[in-house]
Amino acid sequence: MAQTIVIDPITRIEGHAKISVYLNDAGTVDEARFHVVEYRGFEKFCEGRPFTEMAGITARICGICPVSHLLAAAKTGDKILAVKIPPAAAKLRRLMNLGQITQSHALSFFHLSSPDFLLGWDSDPAKRNVFGLIESDPDLARAGIRLRQFGQTVIELLGARKIHAAWTVPGGVRSPLSEEGRQWIRDRLPESFATTQLALDLFKRLIDTQLQAEVNVFGAFPSLFMGLVGKDGAWEHYDGHLRFKDSQGNIIADHLSEDDYADFLAEAVEPWSYLKFPYYKPMGYPAGIYRVGPLARLNVCDRIGTPAADRELQEFRDRSGGMATSSFLYHYARLIEILACLEHIQQLIDDPDIVSDRVRAIAGVNSLEGIGVSEAPRGTLFHHYKVDENGLIQKVNLIIATGHNNLAMNQTITQIAKEYVKGTEIAEGMLNRVEAGIRCYDPCLSCSTHAAGQMPLRIEIVAADGTVMREIRRD
Amino acid sequence: MSVKTLKINGVDIAIEEGATVLQAARQAGVPIPTLCHLDGVHDVGACRLCLVEVSGTRKLLPACVTEVAEGMEVQTNTPKLQEYRRMTVELLFSEGNHVCSVCVANGNCELQDVAIQVGMDHSRFTYRFPDRAVDISHPQFGIDHNRCILCTRCVRVCDEIEGAHVWDVAQRGAACYIVSGLNQPWGEVDACTSCGKCVDACPTGAIFRKGSTTGEKERDRAKLDFLVTAREKHEWTR
Repeated sequence: MAQTIVIDPITRIEGHAKISVYLNDAGTVDEARFHVVEYRGFEKFCEGRPFTEMAGITARICGICPVSHLLAAAKTGDKILAVKIPPAAAKLRRLMNLGQITQSHALSFFHLSSPDFLLGWDSDPAKRNVFGLIESDPDLARAGIRLRQFGQTVIELLGARKIHAAWTVPGGVRSPLSEEGRQWIRDRLPESFATTQLALDLFKRLIDTQLQAEVNVFGAFPSLFMGLVGKDGAWEHYDGHLRFKDSQGNIIADHLSEDDYADFLAEAVEPWSYLKFPYYKPMGYPAGIYRVGPLARLNVCDRIGTPAADRELQEFRDRSGGMATSSFLYHYARLIEILACLEHIQQLIDDPDIVSDRVRAIAGVNSLEGIGVSEAPRGTLFHHYKVDENGLIQKVNLIIATGHNNLAMNQTITQIAKEYVKGTEIAEGMLNRVEAGIRCYDPCLSCSTHAAGQMPLRIEIVAADGTVMREIRRD
Repeated sequence: MSVKTLKINGVDIAIEEGATVLQAARQAGVPIPTLCHLDGVHDVGACRLCLVEVSGTRKLLPACVTEVAEGMEVQTNTPKLQEYRRMTVELLFSEGNHVCSVCVANGNCELQDVAIQVGMDHSRFTYRFPDRAVDISHPQFGIDHNRCILCTRCVRVCDEIEGAHVWDVAQRGAACYIVSGLNQPWGEVDACTSCGKCVDACPTGAIFRKGSTTGEKERDRAKLDFLVTAREKHEWTR
């Protein structure tokens, strides 16, 4: 008899979602679906607001990566003002994004995902979390928490608060970095480098040994990859142009401007999720599946541009034969990106511009439409606004990083479910692997920060006629 | 000028005839929360936050428009008043669309300050979520009616200090809103001198400098005091 297994809610992700696993008559997995069950409505209620408020409003979408929205909104605002922002402002914005990518990646790796790797997929779910990690490996847990603190403090030193710092504005930023702040960052960098290297060595050891199988099962499939790259093709997170590569490493499209996103990206809607399904338009839906985020950024760039990160990138590529197509390697890519961020931070804090007072260009509404892009920790983020002649928002379109990965996330959990969910006796650890498929993408489904703590997990096995055959509860 | 003596919270106070209970309380260092009161312009008793109890009458009286009288006994902080003040602030919040987290006045807002002062942690009233507009047609300033509490400080400061009388109140009751000129977009009102006194007077983030982002609103209240002193006393000191 055909059955459905529901995992609701999914734990250790940012936001609310559930997974349905559909079993066919033979009891094997047909398909798994990732449902985002929240409706936020930001695109609608921003209408009528002054565009200058958009950074403050859209930052509230998320408590983990508000900086991404601050940057995308400010860059869209720059386009509406039609100004070139002062060089110091661009460097300061970059610094904040680097701080953010560091903290968000550290959160994803140490707090959310490492309990699976270090404590085991099938370990006691009550302890398979950051607190369990603190118990079993306090030094690693402390180092990870302090690495995240480093990134958060970079944000705070610039924007006066760690979360929702209303610091980026259309035309630039509000204030430069102080000399004290610069010194603090300098002092904490060596420890942050050491922690990142520790995590990299650890993860490489794990995928060489006990996590070898996961690399082949957790989202190992061909797809396109999209990300920003710099003028010279180097790794980029704030500016530059968009590039698509396929799984063989061929550049499918390059030098794309965010202004033309509607030419190459389209969004499909499925009735079972509030999260839209963007796809690469020239290839159609769902063939135009692409991935964004750390894995995609490392795949699309020619190089990172800093010595240690480039060494790691080379090893990453050597290990995966050029293009890394397994979503399990998102974790690995995340760690390399932390290293890249730290090296870029090191370069930026020695830049004299970083303490300059010329950080904000003042102008009126010079363009009635603007499209801004930035690389959020989880991938490429687009903001698109249309305003009236006074600057009141008429229309908003936000394409969030997690959305780009929607097709890939569904394909990943289907692949994992087919491998691990078998028969009617469903062990908790099997379902944890399905959840972990989603965690690879570090999705950010809302502003919620369910980073730690225990959320109840409900699994229902539902027969084709709707009767609940079995219920498993994790309270 | 004769002097009146009265008691506020049991403390003897002497003040000149014609002064208000609010002036007497402030002189004696007794705090009474206010929102519509603004030094330098006349009082209208609109916000009802300064209500006090006066012996001999069961009515609660607004301190800002109640003149002192000989032998008056005033209470400013009874449990009944505390309850009424909190309710007043809750009603203000539920009446408009006050979203502090993204407001230009966040951290520098008198409505937010009194909410903290009266211990409001939530509103017991259902939020109305009215559909209100934002007008940023003026080249320098904007007005967001969502954040307006109808204190009419802008109306009075523009009329009495600047002398332009750009602002007024339209409609009645719950439908009231502030209008510029003859209910025109602010940018089209010839009478506006773009002096910015309304921005300085506004207790919330309703009137703001264009381009301001979250928590960025600043006010120069001293400028209003300076102008009033200059006009009334012919002293130009800050």
